[in-house]
Amino acid sequence: MASLDDLKKRIVSVKSTQKITKAMKMVAAAKLKRAQENAEKGRPYSEKMNNIILNLSNGISDKENAPKLLSGTGEEKVFLCVVLTSDRGLCGGFNTNIIKKAKAYFEKILSEGKVLKIITVGSKGYDQLKRIYEDNIIQKISFKDSKNINYFDAEKVGKLIIDNFEKKEFDVCTIFYNKFKNVITQIPQAQQIIPLKTDKVDENSSDDNYEFEPDEDEILSNLLPKNISTQIFKAMLENSASEQGSRMSAMDNATRNAGEMVEKLTIEYNRSRQAAITKELIEIISGAESL
Amino acid sequence: MSEEFKIEIINPEKSFLSKEDVNEVVVPAFEGEMGILKDHISIISFLKPGILKLISKSGEEKFYVEDGILEFKDNNLSILTSSISNIKDMEKSNVEQNIKIAENELNKVENSDQKKYLASQKIEVLKSLN
Repeated sequence: MASLDDLKKRIVSVKSTQKITKAMKMVAAAKLKRAQENAEKGRPYSEKMNNIILNLSNGISDKENAPKLLSGTGEEKVFLCVVLTSDRGLCGGFNTNIIKKAKAYFEKILSEGKVLKIITVGSKGYDQLKRIYEDNIIQKISFKDSKNINYFDAEKVGKLIIDNFEKKEFDVCTIFYNKFKNVITQIPQAQQIIPLKTDKVDENSSDDNYEFEPDEDEILSNLLPKNISTQIFKAMLENSASEQGSRMSAMDNATRNAGEMVEKLTIEYNRSRQAAITKELIEIISGAESL
Repeated sequence: MSEEFKIEIINPEKSFLSKEDVNEVVVPAFEGEMGILKDHISIISFLKPGILKLISKSGEEKFYVEDGILEFKDNNLSILTSSISNIKDMEKSNVEQNIKIAENELNKVENSDQKKYLASQKIEVLKSLN
């Protein structure tokens, strides 16, 4: 059994850990509120963008000659995966969940004998993926330096993807991120952005007759690159809200666990103190008896 | 009958402006300035650098935009733009800086004609502000 002194030291150390996790939880809660607000504010933009593109792609007359970003290259050989994770740890299963989802997808691609390319955004994702997929990672990006998520950063990632696409480096592009549902639940998502999936065709919008200026093709070819940046921005916003949510619940758990541990250790400490006292008493009594 | 319609200007970060009582909007569309009144036909178009004018009962407001997409449908005008600012809030030094950036863009050899055209538009508009 550990000595009284050791137990005391352990209690103190667990208590100070608890203080840290508690503080981190508070910080995450404050940040979560802001991140959630931002995510909500950013939604109309990406939704509108999606709507316009849906309307446009419905109205497009010549499907054969549609822009490549919409219809794809016609092949499905090289897959680009953009994995969006956080730059900081201590946020529960947040990063692991994304990576798990991504890994399952990677395995599927590789087992079909296709080429896999990875871009990681956020350093945690790179750390976890480099062990197995080092050769597949073509680029790693981290926005550690930018305090807030801004559209400018998302645009950088978007441009990178489009540049690679124009160089015919890949055929299909999928992004991985966590969708924020609530504080406890974040759902890892795989979203294909190139070619764009337009499966959610709204029945009502099909009979709309839009006037286009300039014509549809030109608008689409201008709009699609923007849409990619927008989707990435949306993913980043969702991700940051998820990260804070995940961290908050992880730290809440940690705080509770530390509390339980302190309780257990205190009981153990008291018991061994009592045992020591009893032992001393027995020694005194038996010493007196023997006289 | 009222001659008003709804307008919403959306940034990637937030909803920039939303109004329900505009009478007329003049936008710098890609192929020239375009005035939009109530019951305009459904339209999708691009914006180029220019001044967006918003006329409502409460007066006239002017915004500077660099790019964007515009959609008009069922008397709802939505404008998606990543760069918009109210002209009242723009500072001179900022404008001059923007002009310089645009001039650099214009002088770059590798830029396409379209980019150069946009840059020259930008300079023109920004200079007119000063």
